[in-house]
Amino acid sequence: MALAANDSSTGMIEHRDWRRRMTLPALVALLGLAIVVSIALGASDVALAGAARAIGDALGFDTGATLRDRVILFDIRLPRTVMGLLVGASLAISGALMQGLFRNPLADPALIGVSAGSSLAAVCVIVLAGSLGITVPVWLAPHLLPLAAFCGGLVVTFTLYAIATRSGRTSVATMLLAGIAIAALAMALTGYIVFHSDDTQLRDFTFWNMGSLSGATWARVAGMLPFVAVLLIAIPFLGNGLNALLLGEAEAFHMGFAPERLKRAIVVLTAAATGASVAGAGVIGFVGIVVPHVLRLAVGADNRLLLPACALLGASLLLLADILSRIVVAPAELPIGIITAVLGAPVFLSILLRRRSVIDI
Amino acid sequence: MLAAHDLSFSAGPTRILDRVSLTAPAGKVTVLIGPNGAGKSTVLKCLTGELQPQKGAVTLADRPLSSIPVSDLALRRAVLPQASALSFPFTVEEVVALGLRASQRRPEQGHIAQAALERVGMTRHARRLYQTLSGGEQQRVHLGRVLTQVWEPMSESGPRYLFLDEPTSSLDIRHQIEVLEIAATYARAGGGVVIVLHDLELAASYAEHLVVMERGRVVAEGDDADEIIGPDLLQSVYGLNADMIAKRWPTMMRS
Repeated sequence: MALAANDSSTGMIEHRDWRRRMTLPALVALLGLAIVVSIALGASDVALAGAARAIGDALGFDTGATLRDRVILFDIRLPRTVMGLLVGASLAISGALMQGLFRNPLADPALIGVSAGSSLAAVCVIVLAGSLGITVPVWLAPHLLPLAAFCGGLVVTFTLYAIATRSGRTSVATMLLAGIAIAALAMALTGYIVFHSDDTQLRDFTFWNMGSLSGATWARVAGMLPFVAVLLIAIPFLGNGLNALLLGEAEAFHMGFAPERLKRAIVVLTAAATGASVAGAGVIGFVGIVVPHVLRLAVGADNRLLLPACALLGASLLLLADILSRIVVAPAELPIGIITAVLGAPVFLSILLRRRSVIDI
Repeated sequence: MLAAHDLSFSAGPTRILDRVSLTAPAGKVTVLIGPNGAGKSTVLKCLTGELQPQKGAVTLADRPLSSIPVSDLALRRAVLPQASALSFPFTVEEVVALGLRASQRRPEQGHIAQAALERVGMTRHARRLYQTLSGGEQQRVHLGRVLTQVWEPMSESGPRYLFLDEPTSSLDIRHQIEVLEIAATYARAGGGVVIVLHDLELAASYAEHLVVMERGRVVAEGDDADEIIGPDLLQSVYGLNADMIAKRWPTMMRS
């Protein structure tokens, strides 16, 4: 065995460093741009200057900001922008995590029923709490929907994994088909509950199905924040384990990881991310597929870089989709789920066409 | 010294391992042979710690394998599976570099991954996507990965082990020999090597310690592979008759 390795041959590390150096700053810049545009655009005529005046005013400068400027910026646009950031980051990361868990780039929480499970749980809470007249403690109220959505997502993810995995091998066909069945069941149950609901609840249901950031409030942002925070804190600790898991559970074990613990963590975090985003903005599809896919083409599949990059690009993409949804049919708004589906479905099909053998049933 | 003591393992009503005891000494290439379904891969899984036997124990330097934390185990042994699927666009050098993390090395030690890549003859493909390689090339990339994980055959706490599960099955004859030479070199430097093989000629050429399995039991074990692999073994273990043996190995029957 040639034990002496060439010390100067560090090409692979330099290569990876170069990508890391370029990718994250570029994505941060894109996100900054998306935030500025998101704050500056809206149904009212308060543009960038008005937003700047309101920000200056909040910082203690005399900028001549009107009350209207302040209300529009701080109570309408900022919570919407912040929610867009959180939802986009959550969706993209949960997509990447789920793809790692199932070892397939086609897995997406919305596609395989996890979002539908979250949505069902959330609708149950809205309708049942309303019709049964259940009152919840004030401190719990903002977290109730994200919590319910998290539990719904958790049940679906565990069920899917149990169905699709035998002897450590996950069948993609089983996963996709079981996901379709679970999504259909969850949607049927949701429909049944909604059938017995009143007009207001019906409007809520439409919101859950199509996805929208228009209902963003600081209370909703606060409700989903703990779930997203846990996810973001976990990211740096997941990259290496997820990379090993991509080779297989046995291989991950051989490489020094405890696959069961790793899988449980991924399932819980995926459900938390999906639940938080569904509770905040309803079911928004394809972000979880498009963002990791585009990033893998650009920077490779190393999850140590991919996961943080997903958070940045996911947030940017959702903000940009939200901006589009506001300007395409202005002054009305399109549900954001329509925009992400129009952008995402072709990407999904292109992955499918290039990888037909993988999902051959 | 890696040793299995009275391992038994059943899957439902089927007994896969029946009181299997064997040793895999460091500094030697240990080869496991036997017909399909003999339990070779299951023994290998027990020896690597991947599978817990229902009875018996595996010890590494007299310490039960089950008492060694997973992350410490990864510093002492690496495993090349029969086949690995990878559906994501990793480059060849990235796959090999995954072995660095398994050995808890710092990224600055990337030169080890580079050397392993060279050792398996894949340096010129370093930037290629893993998925674009042939099955045999992919297998060599994974060998590079596991070599990176246990690059130095000796550690402070004793010899490291390399487990190869049918490493030659998708390789042409030249690469079969190259892979087994890599294993032999590793053993000569003090490391332990355990290989599951189907090819009896390769087994006879490279085994410095041979274990023969049949129906979940060890039926022969010793250092002289040429003595163990003979007409008797082929008839009793593999169920070949004299005509089959004479046709396949004419010299063996004459001798």
